[in-house]
Amino acid sequence: MALILFYIASAVAIFATVMMITRLNAVHGLLYLILSLLAVGVIFFLLGAHFAAVLEVIIYAGAIMVLFVFVIMMLNQGQKTINQESDWLKPGIWIWPSLLALILLAEMLVMIVLGDNADTGHVVDARQVGIALYGPYLLAVELASILLLAGLVGAYHLGKPMLKTARRRTES
Amino acid sequence: MNAGLGDAADIIGILVSTISVSALLIWVERRLLAVWQDRLGPNRVGPLGLMQVAADMIKMFFKEDWIPPFSDKPVFVLAPTIVFITMLTGFAVIPFAPGVGIIDFNFGLLYFLALSSLSVYSIVLAGYASNNKYSLLGGLRAAAQTVSYEVFMGISIMGVVMLSGTFNLREIVEAQRDGWFILPQFFGFIIFLIAVIAESRRAPLDLPEAEQELIGGFHTEYSGMKFGMFFVGEYLAITLSSALVVTLFFGGWLGPWLPPLLWFCLKTTIGILLFILLRGALPRPRYDQLMTFGWKVLLPAGLLNLLVTGAVVLSLHS
Repeated sequence: MALILFYIASAVAIFATVMMITRLNAVHGLLYLILSLLAVGVIFFLLGAHFAAVLEVIIYAGAIMVLFVFVIMMLNQGQKTINQESDWLKPGIWIWPSLLALILLAEMLVMIVLGDNADTGHVVDARQVGIALYGPYLLAVELASILLLAGLVGAYHLGKPMLKTARRRTES
Repeated sequence: MNAGLGDAADIIGILVSTISVSALLIWVERRLLAVWQDRLGPNRVGPLGLMQVAADMIKMFFKEDWIPPFSDKPVFVLAPTIVFITMLTGFAVIPFAPGVGIIDFNFGLLYFLALSSLSVYSIVLAGYASNNKYSLLGGLRAAAQTVSYEVFMGISIMGVVMLSGTFNLREIVEAQRDGWFILPQFFGFIIFLIAVIAESRRAPLDLPEAEQELIGGFHTEYSGMKFGMFFVGEYLAITLSSALVVTLFFGGWLGPWLPPLLWFCLKTTIGILLFILLRGALPRPRYDQLMTFGWKVLLPAGLLNLLVTGAVVLSLHS
């Protein structure tokens, strides 16, 4: 049962990702990407990583992709960018990426055929994730937080001159 | 998942009651606002005007369901269903009473957060697909507002998670046997309430659809049952939010004398009435005030609440 659900979710994820790449309209592409992320969330859930599944939906599908949609809405592209995209997506360009993707697919198939079946019965709860993150993987957590701090400082720097001009505009 | 699905009667009962309560809220809200503003409100159709809901529904079904030719059609049609579906599935984790509920999921609280963050797509995509300046402005406001207030919503309920030591909503209710979390988590409750109002885009924080500035905001181009979906979706969001506030801070089904299910419904009703009263009582802030208040007041307050709660829990345990 779980295996059938897994294959359905994987098929949805792969199909959505392919559709995402081939869409000419950026917002439609993003919708497929959201769908793909949700499908990956289902796969995590089926593998017993419930916490990762919910976080996948909250953070990737629910927060990061909203920002993507937000930016693309603000740019408000019209027919012009759709034409530009269709120029970029000529069949010739597809050869090398498809070949590389096929190699990966072949590798994965070999691994599935030769390797042991994935462990699907083991359920990870939030406490175990927390203990793992703040125990053996503490260094990775700290590195990630430094990365986030750097991003924050960058965003602050970018936003600051804008703030000044905005204030001057309201004062004058 | 440590327990399976509720039985079919539970599922159908919860589905029917939540949808009918949400539809009835259209009448309740108009009537209550009228009472508080010294008017009568809709009182002509049926006893006390109760059939007003039916009249509104019939009107909506017979209106022309118009899709503007300049819109992005598939997305335009998809958008209103998202808020409806996400809010309805949100009810799946709400523990109505011991043994009454749809799923008993270990990450029930996170599940709610995930669904409420997905529901924003409805507004954003509606704003984008309408291809209308006012809708776009509404959609942009919705995206910014929801992404910001989601952060505090998550942080504000972590205090409850710390005190009860679980994300499971049933166990959170059980943990409140000795006292509701409204007392130790008062600041968490205030922040959560504000964040929930912002998430469900209710007045006073209804900037994405501010009628006076943006016509109808994101649903300017919508008519007929598609508009009805947004409308009922908003009331579903109110019902879900008050059910969650009751579960997290007011002890869920716990209470003396009365049966648990009745306690839960009573508390949730009071929560819904509070939502409506807030709409009648408070003016709408400016958009920049909303964002500043969120990031400069609610975020530090939420983090402080988290810090103090963590310290207290740690000192009690050691």
